[in-house]
Amino acid sequence: MNLFHFLLQNHEQVLELTLQHLWLVGISTLLAVLVGIPLGVMSAHWPVWNKPVLGTANIIQTIPSLALFGFLLPVPWLGDRADRLAILALTLYALLPVIRNTYTGIRGVDAAVVEAGRGMGLTPNQLLFQVELPLALSVILSGVRVAVVVSVGLATIAAAIGAGGLGEFIFRGLAMVNNQLILAGAIPAAFLALSADFGLGWLEKRLRPR
Amino acid sequence: MKMEPNLANSPVIEFRDVAYALPNGQPLLSGLNLQVQRGETLVLLGRSGSGKTTTLKLVNRLLSPSGGEVCVNGAPTSASDVIRLRRSIGYVIQDVGLFPHFTVERNIGLVPRIEGWSPERIHGRVQEMLHMVGLEVQLVSRYPHQLSGGQRQRVGVARALAADPAILLMDEPFGALDALTRDQLQREFLSLQQRLNKTVVFVTHDLREALRLGSRIALMESGRLVTVLPPQEFLRSRDPLAAAYVQAFGDGLDSAASRGAS
Repeated sequence: MNLFHFLLQNHEQVLELTLQHLWLVGISTLLAVLVGIPLGVMSAHWPVWNKPVLGTANIIQTIPSLALFGFLLPVPWLGDRADRLAILALTLYALLPVIRNTYTGIRGVDAAVVEAGRGMGLTPNQLLFQVELPLALSVILSGVRVAVVVSVGLATIAAAIGAGGLGEFIFRGLAMVNNQLILAGAIPAAFLALSADFGLGWLEKRLRPR
Repeated sequence: MKMEPNLANSPVIEFRDVAYALPNGQPLLSGLNLQVQRGETLVLLGRSGSGKTTTLKLVNRLLSPSGGEVCVNGAPTSASDVIRLRRSIGYVIQDVGLFPHFTVERNIGLVPRIEGWSPERIHGRVQEMLHMVGLEVQLVSRYPHQLSGGQRQRVGVARALAADPAILLMDEPFGALDALTRDQLQREFLSLQQRLNKTVVFVTHDLREALRLGSRIALMESGRLVTVLPPQEFLRSRDPLAAAYVQAFGDGLDSAASRGAS
């Protein structure tokens, strides 16, 4: 039985695991954006925050993913459900690129533009939402893109703690020494990563300020 | 802070023994006493690091004095609402600082928009402004990167004037332009100023520009005000620094001074 046959025969399960995978990546990316952008803005505006925020995100990044899943397992509420756990871990990993690119993007806005805005009497909020964030958007988005691509890969490991996703096929294949099963998880995952990369890259290019 | 407008003779901007130092303690400006009268164009002249731009930014409180007091319309800036203050003062800088993601129309209409004008009123005002600074109306939908340097600077001036501020701060607005465009914009500035009668503080390091545009020239050096003189007197000044400036710029200054001082 070749791979194509396998995917066709098990298309319902493939679809289900793919959707599960997308859900893990989608929710965790959303959370990382909601937390990471404010943290990035904060470190760009108040340099005191820069080192602690980026430092912490950096350290999180260095924790091996299996170990992080393991560490979080005994945490109450979180440990109750594997997908909660997986989402938290994926969120933590996605934070660094989001924070770093928000920081870089905001710091990269032409100083003359910010100065002109302040001098004309924009409030700090108006400056942030009408000038700084729109001009930093493409840089922030490229951080989100990195986060998504990394998350798609990392989310396969979430199957190790029973959170589902395409990693399920991979782990099953590893246990059964079945290469086709491994590929049935790996190929759709790679496809997801590539399409996310392409789609967000396209969006990023469209949003780049002139 | 409401001010009575009947103080026709009181200065619009006043520096009272103003000092400014960087957070690390390095002084950039000290002992500054200066008054800017209604309708005049006061030029701050000096070389880089002399404190001209610092002085300018103290007016709209982009910087706050570390000593003394800056008053605008009689009220100390430290006591006024900084956002209100800035919206009542036009601000033009050398790098223009147009918002690259806004069209010309949105750039010019920015302060009116955040001040809550109606779209029709903003639109009309933008047309009026474009006309005033000599730009074609078709440019409204362009983005700053699609304009020439001279056009960008004109948009910068239009943007600063859009909400009709009584005070205009200009920080080397024509410094980055080629000689011909600069000459043209200086001429337009003079005719505009004759009509609008704004109170202008203008920063430059170019004596020729100072003589041409200024009703008075405030010469600065190392964070201190050296002297304040009308253009014609500046040329005859015995002050060693002023004399050095006149000498450095050479001949033909008389004509520059008389063109401006008319």
